[in-house]
Formats: sequence, structure tokens, C-alpha cells
Amino acid sequence: MENFTPVSALLGGGLIGLASGLYLLLNGRIAGISGIVGGLLSSSKGSTSAFERLAFVIGLIAGPLVLMTGTSIEAQSVVTSALPVIVIAGLLVGVGTTIGSGCTSGHGICGLSRFSLRSLVATLSFMAAGFVTVLVTRHLIGGA
Amino acid sequence: MMRIIVSLICGTLFGAGLYISGMIDPQKVLGFLDIWAIADGGWDPSLAFVMGGGLVVAVPIFQFAKSRSDAVCGGGMDLPSNKNVTTKLIVGGLMFGTGWGLVGYCPGPALSALAFGQMDTIIFVATMLVGMAGARALRLNS
Repeated sequence: MENFTPVSALLGGGLIGLASGLYLLLNGRIAGISGIVGGLLSSSKGSTSAFERLAFVIGLIAGPLVLMTGTSIEAQSVVTSALPVIVIAGLLVGVGTTIGSGCTSGHGICGLSRFSLRSLVATLSFMAAGFVTVLVTRHLIGGA
Repeated sequence: MMRIIVSLICGTLFGAGLYISGMIDPQKVLGFLDIWAIADGGWDPSLAFVMGGGLVVAVPIFQFAKSRSDAVCGGGMDLPSNKNVTTKLIVGGLMFGTGWGLVGYCPGPALSALAFGQMDTIIFVATMLVGMAGARALRLNS
């Protein structure tokens, strides 16, 4: 477990929880990233304005930018998958979160925080699929 | 205007959390999803601690917010009303989890990782948006 980083994980997780809680308390909205972004891609008018959605997405990118330029905290984002795998994965994540009404944030953080059975089932579903996928790519066919 | 500022601040806090927790790195996520490495000591439980830290903070705020009839910045509490566990919910979750396990990106970290300006991340986000738009165009949401 040499890669285990419990302190930064708890701190970062706390910030994510704070952001989600404040978004509901102040704006009355669920901080589900797939829902926020997906609403920008739909012609049907939702109850949240496009400006609010866009501001959240800009913040998602600005947060890391501020930390990487203004602090000594370091992070990386390493993608090792081949191009066709990236494309297939992107499509699966896009279609799956739309059909399943949410992702790790909307179901995993927000849904569980309001004790939603739907979100618990969704979270168990995508976790199980993630475990099995990594079993196949890393252990059965070896290296994706 | 206030609502837009709140959105920007919450998005920034969220992105900072993904950065600090390391979840912006697909390899950290895949290290968690690789529970098959528990036996040889190669498992990285960090993601569970991110979820735990997030829930410890979010649960009390959510339970308080649920008791309110309106949001602080005005307007109602827009909470999902659907309580039905459907096949769509599970199929969507399984599809999402498969894509998540292939690369290690879910929607939040993928968007936040655009801050690194890497082509692989841009391609993932672009195809994810195509998937979201396509599924919505076919009315697969709701």
C-alpha cells in the first residue's frame, strides 16, 4: 500500500463534501457533475441556468489551476490507456451517467448524503463494474 | 448573480478537493478499483477515504438543507423526486463503471484535469460530452 495517501484523501474529500453541501444549501441544487454538464448539452430547459452550470465547470478547472500555480501542492493526471480505449471509455461514461442519472459526485456524495436508495444502488453498480473492469484489464488480459 | 458566484466558488472548492485528494489522477482511481491487488499489498484505499471525508462533511449539511423549504440564495430545493430503483439506473451505472475502470476518469476529475492541458484528457472529455449529448438527444435520460 505504498501509494496510500490517507491524509490528503480525507482533506480533499472534505473539500468535495463542503462544496456539495454548500451548493445545495445556498443554491438548492445537487452538485452532480454529470448532471451539471449534461444540462448544458440539452435543448430542454432545466431549472438551473446555463450560466450557473458553466460557472461550476469553470471552477472545476480553476481550482486545480490555482493550486498548481499558487501553491507547492503537486498533482498529476496520468492516462495510460490507448486512444481507442479512451474514446470507448469516454462514450461509456457519457452515456452511462446520462442513462443512470448521475456519477460519483451526484450519486456517490450527494445521493448517499441524503440517504437515497437509488443512489446507493447506482453507486454499488458503478463500483462493481469498475472492480470487474480493472480485474479484466489488469489481471486477466494484462495492461490496457 | 449571487447564484452564479456560488456556483463558481463551489466548483472551485470541488476542483481543489479533487486535486488535493489525488482523485484528479486516473492512476489513483485505478489503484483503488484494483481490489484484486489487496492480496499482494498493492491496493490503494485512498478513494474510500475521499468518499468518507466527503460524506462526513456533506451528510450533516445535506440533512440540515433537506429540512429547509428553500435555498439561501432563493428558489426551492431542487431534490430528485424519483425513488424507483429501475433497470435503467443499474444499466447506466454498469456502463459508467466500465468506462471509469477502463481509463480511471469519472466526469468531475476528467473536467478538472483539463487544467493540465493534456491531449488524452481533452479527447476523453470530448467523447464523454458526445455520449452525454447523444443519450440526451435520444431521450435516454429521465
